[in-house]
Amino acid sequence: MTTVMTEKNSPDHGEEELSESHSNDQYLTFVMDDEEYGVDILSVQEIRGWEKPTKIPNASSYLKGVINLRGTIVPIVDLRARFHLKEVEYTPVTVVIVLKLVSDNLSRTVGIVVDAVSDVYSIIAEDIREPPDIRNSENRQFIKGLANVGKKMVIILNLSGLLDDDELTEA
Amino acid sequence: MSVDLSQFHQVFFDESFEGLDIMETGLLELEPGSTAVDDINTIFRAAHSIKGGAGTFGFQMVSEFTHVAETLLDEYRSSARPVEQEGIDLLLEAVDELRSILGALQADSDVDMSNADSLKVRFNELLASKTETGTVTEAAGSSAQSSTSKSDPTNFDSDDSFWRIKFIPARGIIQTGNEPMRIFRELMDLGRTEVTCYTDTLPAFASLDPEELFLHWQIDLFANCSESSIQDVFEWVIDDCVVEITYIDSANTAVVADEKTIETEPDTAEPLAQGFTEPSQPSSATAVIEAQKKTVSVKAAKSVIGSESQSIRVGIDKIDSLINLVGELVITQSMLGQIGHDFSIDKLQRLQEGLMQLEQNTREMQESVMRIRMVPISFSFSRFPRLVRDTAKKLKKKINLVMLGESTELDKTVMEKIGDPLVHMVRNSMDHGIEAPDIRQAQGKKPEGTLTLNAYHQGGNIVIEIADDGKGIDPQVIGKKAIQNGLMTEEDQYTDQQLQELIFHPGLSTAEIVSDLSGRGVGMDVVRRNIQELKGSVELDSKVGEGSTFRIKLPLTLSILDGQLVRLGEETFVLPLTSIIESIEVSPDQISSIAGELEVIVLRDEYVPVVRLYEVFNIEPENKSIFDGLVVVVESGKQKIGLHVDDLLSQQQVVIKSLDTNYKRIEGLSGATILGDGTVALILDITGLMNIVGDRALSSVIMKTAS
Repeated sequence: MTTVMTEKNSPDHGEEELSESHSNDQYLTFVMDDEEYGVDILSVQEIRGWEKPTKIPNASSYLKGVINLRGTIVPIVDLRARFHLKEVEYTPVTVVIVLKLVSDNLSRTVGIVVDAVSDVYSIIAEDIREPPDIRNSENRQFIKGLANVGKKMVIILNLSGLLDDDELTEA
Repeated sequence: MSVDLSQFHQVFFDESFEGLDIMETGLLELEPGSTAVDDINTIFRAAHSIKGGAGTFGFQMVSEFTHVAETLLDEYRSSARPVEQEGIDLLLEAVDELRSILGALQADSDVDMSNADSLKVRFNELLASKTETGTVTEAAGSSAQSSTSKSDPTNFDSDDSFWRIKFIPARGIIQTGNEPMRIFRELMDLGRTEVTCYTDTLPAFASLDPEELFLHWQIDLFANCSESSIQDVFEWVIDDCVVEITYIDSANTAVVADEKTIETEPDTAEPLAQGFTEPSQPSSATAVIEAQKKTVSVKAAKSVIGSESQSIRVGIDKIDSLINLVGELVITQSMLGQIGHDFSIDKLQRLQEGLMQLEQNTREMQESVMRIRMVPISFSFSRFPRLVRDTAKKLKKKINLVMLGESTELDKTVMEKIGDPLVHMVRNSMDHGIEAPDIRQAQGKKPEGTLTLNAYHQGGNIVIEIADDGKGIDPQVIGKKAIQNGLMTEEDQYTDQQLQELIFHPGLSTAEIVSDLSGRGVGMDVVRRNIQELKGSVELDSKVGEGSTFRIKLPLTLSILDGQLVRLGEETFVLPLTSIIESIEVSPDQISSIAGELEVIVLRDEYVPVVRLYEVFNIEPENKSIFDGLVVVVESGKQKIGLHVDDLLSQQQVVIKSLDTNYKRIEGLSGATILGDGTVALILDITGLMNIVGDRALSSVIMKTAS
């Protein structure tokens, strides 16, 4: 069990402190299939190395199982499988991002498996644009918007939608 | 400076409920005509602190309601009136009402005061009736003193008779947190007041200490109230001030002169008895209702961020032992730390010793922490004296309740959940078990029936017995009923024991008449189900004519489980050890299949269906053949199934963790646990598995008929 980084909810505000608190949020980005995805850094609880979870019988294919996170049972979701991306072998840089998701006043701790962690960006809320209207894409519900950072494009994910109650209970 | 009192509400509720329990217990022991002043005092004090607390926290309706009950208790306490059955009953009703009012307040929901108001009227009627008898006694010349001591002037039509209160607080009174304004407000609740403030002791501004009080007051209270109720107002500050309460009537003669004493001087009050006229309680009661309605609506509008979290009272000895253990753990830790700091192989012996010590510390600590959740069963038993008393009265039976092993401890959650089934069973025993007095006498029994509640520990379980010496359960009657209801046919051969067990079957009740207490045919099956949900079991022992005993067996705690680890392919699962009957290797002649789908093994004249766990859970097993691997026979209730697994691993105690905190409930699993190596193992839920299997067997039959 290797913990790559254990940083809890302490984004470095520094000089941005003068600007409005919500217009300049920080996002942790990770990579899957050469795409960069971002999640609100305040929802990130920790980042861990991949370890084999205990399988849950008859669960959806994207649910890899549950792990013991210091005494609590935390489900692990393979984000590639969840997004219907091609599955790849887990490598030493495969990481689990442990997130605290709040939906309907219910807080759940969930781990997501991603290819690798990339960077932390400050993105102004106005710079996040609506994603193009891709109606028949099942992944649409997880995407909050798109943002340009330098020359790259980051897909900002909507976490509460990512593991919605219905999604989670659908088996 | 204002303090948010709502943060103390929970404490107030806890203490009030405790006070109500004390009142209830005390009242149940109180016999009419009793002169046990100590007992009455206990009840009175409990009522008084509820009233005081409610007043402090602004629950006026509670304090006002408690006040009338307290007035009656006060009369009992001072022997102004003999303790009568009517009063006890009324007080018990008041306890119930208070409990529901406080419950509603705690839940922050609307409070229905209509019941309380009618009770209040009845209290006042009772209090009024007393004064009449009091006058009669007085006329008879006996106990004139005591009977008149409390008969306070009640006619305040004119302004020329009133209470004059001189209130001279000590200078430091504010520092003790007592605010004179609060006292004035409470006095104003009693009636119209005229307050004169004396500033003559006020020092020059330069020498004024803002934290001291230099004022004193004279309050004229035009109220129809007793002296003791005025004293109550000052009760909190009586040590810090001089209070003189004088009654001034039209002739301007001071009748009662009382300084800093709680007990009224009866003889000085005597002349006042003449001033007594018919009290105007009903009208004042309606006024009170109006006022309360207002308070309630205000209360409801105010959203209180009350913490709904439950609290538990823990004996200080438990905490102390925990602290000791933590101390030891710290010592062990530092010892191990030292060894680890510069470890060489020759220190191995010491390291092993240290680890052993750590293991012991950990185990003791676990036990100690678990003990914190343990509460004596008397919390649950304590409601029964009342229940038995009321029910016996309703049924016109004489029932003697014996409670044993009240200090037996069990997990708080288990206790909370066993409460309702217990009530049901006790009612059943009283209703169907114990016969009416005349029938009992005809059978040569004592007219008084005995109901025994007993709790004790046995192994890792707690056993609760409910025994009665009633008529017992007649297997023949049950048999007839069962045939009537189509549960069995005449040809079926059941033993008496099996027939008696049928009372746990849904839709069977032995009561000849459906009473409003029990006997509607729902009940014992619900009881059994509730107990099974708690991983417990219930047994019945009954002899016709001699009585019945129900024996409930429950695990001590729901958070720890003795588990048997089993392997299935690469996965490890935990089986509750208590549900395992045996593990067997199956030989081909033991197995047969029903309808080609459901496999059963023959086990000592019993057919036990076998479940291939790998099929249920879609896991790749090591052995697909049932003749390899092992079959673990488990039971839940009276049902047995065999689980086909690859191997048995070790047995160990596991801490149950819920899966639905971060995920969801999964059928067939009761939770998860963390094994010694830090990995997660899933705990099998036997009852759930049986349901899955039942459904599958059914669906396979359906599929067959469809195809």
